[in-house]
Amino acid sequence: MGKIFDNRAWFLVLPMALLVAFNALIPLMTVVNYSVQDVFDATHRIFVGADWYREILRSDRLQSALLRQFVFSGLVLLIEIPLGVAIALVMPRKSGWATSLTLVLMALPLLIPWNVIGTIWVIFLRPDIGLLGHFIDHTLGIRFDYPTVPLEAWVSVMLMEVWHWTPLVALLAYAGLRAIPDAYYQAARIDGASAWAVFRYIQLPKMRGVLTIAILLRFVFSFLIYTEPFVLTGGGPGDSTTFLSIYLVKIAVGEFDVGRAGAFSIIYFLIVLAFSYVFYQVLQRVGTGEKA
Amino acid sequence: MARIEFKGVAHSYLRSPKGLGDYALQPMDMTFKDGGAYALLGPSGSGKTTLLNITSGLLFPSEGQVLLDGVDSTHLPTAQRNIAQVFQFPVIYDTMTVFDNFAFPLRNRKIKEPEVRRRVVQVAEMLGLGDVLNKRARGLAADAKQKISLGRGLVRSDVAAILFDEPLTVIDPHSKWSLRRQLKQIHHEFKLTLIYVTHDQAEALTFADQVVVLHEGRAVQVGSPTDLFERPTHTFVGHFIGSPGMNIMPCEIDGSGARIDGCLIALDPDYAKRAASANGKLQLGIRPEFVRYRASAAEGYLPAEITLVEDLGNYKIVTARLGGQLLKAKVSEDMRVAGGSGWLGFPSKWTRLYADGDVVN
Repeated sequence: MGKIFDNRAWFLVLPMALLVAFNALIPLMTVVNYSVQDVFDATHRIFVGADWYREILRSDRLQSALLRQFVFSGLVLLIEIPLGVAIALVMPRKSGWATSLTLVLMALPLLIPWNVIGTIWVIFLRPDIGLLGHFIDHTLGIRFDYPTVPLEAWVSVMLMEVWHWTPLVALLAYAGLRAIPDAYYQAARIDGASAWAVFRYIQLPKMRGVLTIAILLRFVFSFLIYTEPFVLTGGGPGDSTTFLSIYLVKIAVGEFDVGRAGAFSIIYFLIVLAFSYVFYQVLQRVGTGEKA
Repeated sequence: MARIEFKGVAHSYLRSPKGLGDYALQPMDMTFKDGGAYALLGPSGSGKTTLLNITSGLLFPSEGQVLLDGVDSTHLPTAQRNIAQVFQFPVIYDTMTVFDNFAFPLRNRKIKEPEVRRRVVQVAEMLGLGDVLNKRARGLAADAKQKISLGRGLVRSDVAAILFDEPLTVIDPHSKWSLRRQLKQIHHEFKLTLIYVTHDQAEALTFADQVVVLHEGRAVQVGSPTDLFERPTHTFVGHFIGSPGMNIMPCEIDGSGARIDGCLIALDPDYAKRAASANGKLQLGIRPEFVRYRASAAEGYLPAEITLVEDLGNYKIVTARLGGQLLKAKVSEDMRVAGGSGWLGFPSKWTRLYADGDVVN
């Protein structure tokens, strides 16, 4: 009743639409544009339709990079989420200098620029002057040469990744734990609950929100990882630590194959989007009794 | 059976308390009789919750002994006491169904599943939650959640006392009444000892047979609602219980009366004599309900200046100035009260004297 229809109202969303356009749509469209054309130079280009997509999806190098990426992101989630929660559980709960100190120490790896992280680990792992490398090589007497042994390269990248990002999970989980009112713990004591039951039925459900964010962030960040492994291993030895973004940069910047790289980017983007959506939906429903 | 005794129990949250002021709960002796309904009444920070948590074992007292049925249980863990507690905000296990919530304390105590089912269904029926047993607990309204918290205590056959820490705070007024009635019914059926913490005097006075009034970590009076109203033993009780609270005015003894700013109020001569020998600052206290008002002079009435008359519908509250002191009188609705001058009477039966806050007997 009395509703006024006036199409000029659309002008009100214009600023937001422009912002989103410049921020996301226009860059994305550029990529879409590249992905459906074969570009020879500034004036010569041919529309090729879905050819690049077909070709890149059939590429062995892409398929193995994709598999590597999933293994990497899977390991990241499997290690960092439980480890972060475990750390949050043992962090001091009462406010005081010990808590402040712990929080600062935990946050430190998150404050270091990513390429510096890579450099730190390059030096840290060197058998001649690096603390860890020297320890493994000389003290333990195990020959350690991550730049040439794929397994050692993987272990090194995982170590760096866990060191770098577990604090984020721990801090999020800690925030979730701190938000639980004392009455829950008191009620659990009266109900005779074991430490495990307290974790399973109080702490874990109450951390659901922050853990959803932690899992999403960790999945997306690890799926898009580039800088640290690039500095540490450069994607090697061979292709063994070439993750999707490293491969993408090799095609786009190294080989200047913008058509293939454009198609690759779109597929990459859709995978991240799809997985984030699925994770979000599943985690929203978990523990609420609704079907996932 | 649960008789709860406190012997010299005191608690301080500081590691090395210096004076009495550092104590959240000052040394006290108290007995909660088996099957009694008690209310702990006091403003925030008066030690109500501390007292409650010491009883349930969530907190071990810094000093003194807690005896459960005569057995020293000062350091007995919470889970091993036959005491349940309901908190201010409903505590439910979000991921569980209503049934599993009720069953949780029993399963933790390794009770056999058929017995669990029997107890849970019985208690759920009684609380009116029988038809939502298979629902998730998190979707329920606040009063249903609070019933679940209560039910987790009731399902345990070993529980002999239930403690309530302001359980109706988040409940809407309508459900408050029905929940409180249900509590009384449960008290009647289960013969449990109930201890109920509140800062709402109406809640305390309607719920409990015995009310413990706490003030700055001290139990200033333990008594029935009538005791608290008619015979407050401390000025704090007089002031805290009743609306408006007791009139309390500094006074001094003059012969067989009390003098307040030049006005002499007649007292029982024996009482005046005892008050004269009491130590400390003397105050006279009388509840507004007992102050008499007249429009004209009469024997035993003192002239006062009426400064304000508030008509509350079923009674009036008259604020009057006697000497330099303001006091209130509650008069019936049909009494006509004019501003200006009036006469006030102080029946000696209801006029009490307090020395440093404590009543003169």
